[in-house]
Formats: sequence, structure tokens, C-alpha cells
Amino acid sequence: MEKIIKGRAFVLGDNIDTDQIIPAEHLVYSLSDPEEAKNYGRFALSGVPLNQSGLPKGGIPFVEENQYLTKYQIIIGGSNFGCGSSREHAPFALQVAGAKAIVAESYARIFYRNCVDGGFVVPYETLEKLNDKIETGDQLELDLNENILRNLSKNETYKLRPLGDILPIIEAGNIFEYARQNNMI
Amino acid sequence: MGMTITEKIMAKSSGKKRVEPGESIWLNVDVLMTHDVCGPPTIEIWKREFGDKAKIWDKDKLVIFPDHYIFTKNPQANRNVNILREFASEYNVPNYYDVGTDRYKGVCHIALAEEGYNLPGTVLFGTDSHTCTSGAFGMFSTGVGNTDAAFILGTGKIWEKVPESLKFIFEGNMPEYLTAKDLILMILGDITTDGGTYKALEFDGEAIFSMQMDERMTLTNMAIEAGAMNGIIKADEITEKYVRERTDKPYEIFESDPDAKYRETYRYQVNKIEPLVAKPHSPDNRDTVRNVAGRKLTKCYIGSCTGGKLTDFYNAAKIIFGNEVKVPTFVVPGSTYVARQLEVETINGITLKEIFEKAGCVVAQSSCAACLGGPVDTVGRATDGEVVISTTNRNFPGRMGSKKSEVYLASPLTVAASAITGFITDPREFL
Repeated sequence: MEKIIKGRAFVLGDNIDTDQIIPAEHLVYSLSDPEEAKNYGRFALSGVPLNQSGLPKGGIPFVEENQYLTKYQIIIGGSNFGCGSSREHAPFALQVAGAKAIVAESYARIFYRNCVDGGFVVPYETLEKLNDKIETGDQLELDLNENILRNLSKNETYKLRPLGDILPIIEAGNIFEYARQNNMI
Repeated sequence: MGMTITEKIMAKSSGKKRVEPGESIWLNVDVLMTHDVCGPPTIEIWKREFGDKAKIWDKDKLVIFPDHYIFTKNPQANRNVNILREFASEYNVPNYYDVGTDRYKGVCHIALAEEGYNLPGTVLFGTDSHTCTSGAFGMFSTGVGNTDAAFILGTGKIWEKVPESLKFIFEGNMPEYLTAKDLILMILGDITTDGGTYKALEFDGEAIFSMQMDERMTLTNMAIEAGAMNGIIKADEITEKYVRERTDKPYEIFESDPDAKYRETYRYQVNKIEPLVAKPHSPDNRDTVRNVAGRKLTKCYIGSCTGGKLTDFYNAAKIIFGNEVKVPTFVVPGSTYVARQLEVETINGITLKEIFEKAGCVVAQSSCAACLGGPVDTVGRATDGEVVISTTNRNFPGRMGSKKSEVYLASPLTVAASAITGFITDPREFL
């Protein structure tokens, strides 16, 4: 796994629920057929009301119309990121769009498990509110060795909560790899 | 120190004498439930990860209810049901409830109860966040994603962190104008959509134990709206009677010790609670119906795992009886059993279905339907600019189909009163 994740920030507010991450009408596409699964990237975060998409300015779609990949690799969220349904299509959509990590104050339980156990994106928790400090488009560097996020555009560094119990699963890749490495399956 | 009901069930399922909140344990799963949206990807992951060795850990413990996107022309949605059908046939899954046959049941959480899969003291996982509904039966139940479900499908096991518990005590007798929906909206307003994250919500008090199972299920159903891992109500005679009418499988009743530890205890007098709504765009955006009364509506919706049970329709029919609806009103039975009962249960000799139809409601077929928007041809789906009042569970932006619509969540009584005026209306005006 990458220990340093570099990329641009995409900033969102609190309580980004799974219907905003991937609206329910899109849950029909295959997740295993790579060509069809690209649609999850196309519609990732398309349910976020546009004025709250890409803060602080807003009005910035995560993925441009008729595109499949995002320009933003690190999502900055507020509290309760991923609340709502259990759809694993949500973290999958973010991964397919090209996101590598989320840095948010807190997560809903099922979404958090899905990120980790499915190995889609790395979910970091912040120690302070960051979605009012970082701006969409800021150049970031997420350091998994040091548990810090560097904002190269603003020349700031933020401490993050260590991944703790879930780090071995993230390092293994997903829950199945972890279970195989530990002779559980 | 004593243990809560949730801790006792988790201890039993993990083969331990006791467990502590925060401890990660491996649970032995009694039932795994999946449906047409998350079943196909779960099966794909299971095949990919277990390869030639892929084996269902226990066929009798797997239950599959197609229910989300059923009555649609969407080819990919229909393909998903076909994937379930072929899987059930290839692996001889006994508990598959196929669409288009007499076995079709409707919404999974209601069907789990009706078909006798909810058993006190057991552990149930499902690929749906509202799996917490089953906790009304004094069991541990929670939602997981496809990867976790695929892991369970192959091993019968899953890791879980033991939750801290919050206790909610409702004292007094439920007034006629109040339902379980109002109580859970009360809680959500108090603790917000992440106040229960990684926690168990335990419901207690005489108002709870005077409720039938339908109403108890409304409370546990929306535990996830507070971010909770599970909601739970101790099994009593009402639970046992419901279960015994449906199955002779064994179960075990657990209850919290008097000295069990709770992160917080909340007490409510039910006669001090008014009919409530959750305003757009969050289930915790609580207000009284009185404060938002008069808001003009374009649509009313009665259905889903939350508000599509027989008691919900009975409550709505009480108010709609003899009236006509002023805005399009959709009645979507949560299960095919509920749909049949609408033609059996009567008020003043008139069946509930006739009451709704005479009032001008659209009575649709059982499925999750517009609760989560769904494909564009879904019955009752919200469109741009609409203002909807609904008995469902979520009103996040776009949940019912359009992020340019507004959804109010309320009890079946409040939705029915609003349907016959065309404006948000306090049900006390009609009771």
C-alpha cells in the first residue's frame, strides 16, 4: 500500500450520507464488470447539492459532467461522513472515481467498515475540524507513517488520529487478505 | 458489574462469559439476510475470494428477499434479480423468496419478522442499514456492506466491536394521537444523526411494552438514523406470541441486569410528546407538526419498512376514512402479507384497501419503492420541486428521487391528516 498519498483536496460539509455519495438510482450497475462499473465513478458524489459541493466556494462537481474520473484524490469531510444506507457502492464509487483517502472528523459505522474491509479508500479521522481550514483544490500530502496531513498550498500540517485496530486490515488490502494472512480462512 | 441485553447476546454469540464495550470480538452469525441491490455484489465477492472452495457456510441460515427494485423496466435492476434467482437455483438456497411467485414477500425487514426469522437472543446480519429493525425481537441485528456479508457467507463469522448502550425509557400510556414514529423522531432530535454511532439503543418503559410488534419495529428500525449499531427491545409475552405463531425454532430471552452500565439514560413522559416531523433534509431536524402546519404539499407517501406495516395503515385509515385526499397519496404495503390484510382488516365494515381507494389513494404493490427513490419508473418517486410528507425513514437530499425536492418525515397519523387537507396537518384535528 502507498504510505504517502498525494493529491488535491475536495472539501465537503457534515453528514454526507450515502445517497449523496451515490444516489440510489445508480445502484443497478455491475461492480465487477470494469466497463460498466465506471458509471460509479461518473456519478460519485453527484447527490451532493451543488452549492455544497467543493467547499468553501461550492458549485464544483467532484466529477465533471460525462467524465469518469475526478481531479481530486483526497476528500475532506466533516462529522458523520457516510451516514445512511449500508451500500458498499458508496466507498466503491469514490475509489472508482480515483479518490484514495478520506479525512473526516467522524464516520458512520457501516461506511467506515466498508472502506476498511473492502479496501476501497483509507478513512482517517481528524483531531480537529478541517473542512473549514482546507479549500477544494489545495495540494495535500497524506502521510500514513506519521499520521499527518500536509497542506502544501497553505504550508500547514494537521495531526490525524492513528488508524489503530484497522491498520493491519488496511495494510493487508482487505478483510479477506487479512484473514488469509492470519490463517483464519 | 452487570451486562446489557446487547452485551449478553454478543457474549453468547462469541463464546465468551462476558464482553466489554469497545472490545472487538468475532460473532457466530445465526442469520444472514440480503436483497437485490446488495446480494449480487456480495455473491460476486464471495466467489472471487473463496474461488473453487466457495461454499455457503449454512444454507438454512441464508435468507434472500428481492425487494428494492422490483416493479421496474430498468434492465440492470432486473438483471440483479436474475443473478439472485440463478444463485438460489445453482446452490439450492431454500430461503429465497422469488419475485413473480407466491413466495414473493416484499420488504426484507418486515418479511424477516413475518416469516419467523427474528428470534430472541440470536444474531442477524443483513446487507441493509435497516437490519437493526429485527432488534425489536430482543435480538442483536445490524447492517453490513457486501464485503462483510461475503465474509459471513463463506465463514458464518464476522468481527464486531461491542457497543456502549444508551437507554431510552418511555413512561406512561400512549395517547391516541401518538405513534412509535413520533417517539423515535423525538430521540433523533435529541441525540442527532450521529448521537448513536457505534452504540446500542435500548428501549424500555411501559409505553414500549404496551406496543405490538409493528410499533416496536418502527423504533428499532430508525436506530440507524442515529448512526446506531443496533436498536433493541427485550422480548416479552407479546414477542413470544408473535414468534410462536410463526415458527417453532428455539430462542432464548435475555434481559439487561439492573446494574448494567449505560453511557446515558434518557427518560420521556409520552403524554408530554406532541406529534412530530423531521423537516428537510435530515431525520434529526425535528419540529412539532403544529409549528410546520400549513406547509403546502404535493405528495403524501405511506410505506416502507418503517411506515408500511399493518398498524401503520390501520392508523392512517382511521383518519382517511370517509374523506378524500387533496394531493396524490401513495399507499405502498411493506409486504405481500400486509397487502392481503388490507383487504381483510376493516373499520366500520369497510376494508382498509377500500377506504384508501375511495379516498383517491394509489395503492401500489409491495416493495421498497420510492422510500429510496430508485429507478425513474418507481411508483411515488419524488420529482424536482416537490414537497412530500412520508412515513419513511430518511429525508437526506435526494433520498426519495430528487435533490430538488423537500421531504418531511412523520407518523402515519400525521401523513393521513395531511393527505386529506393537502397541507401539513396535526392529526389531533381529526381524532
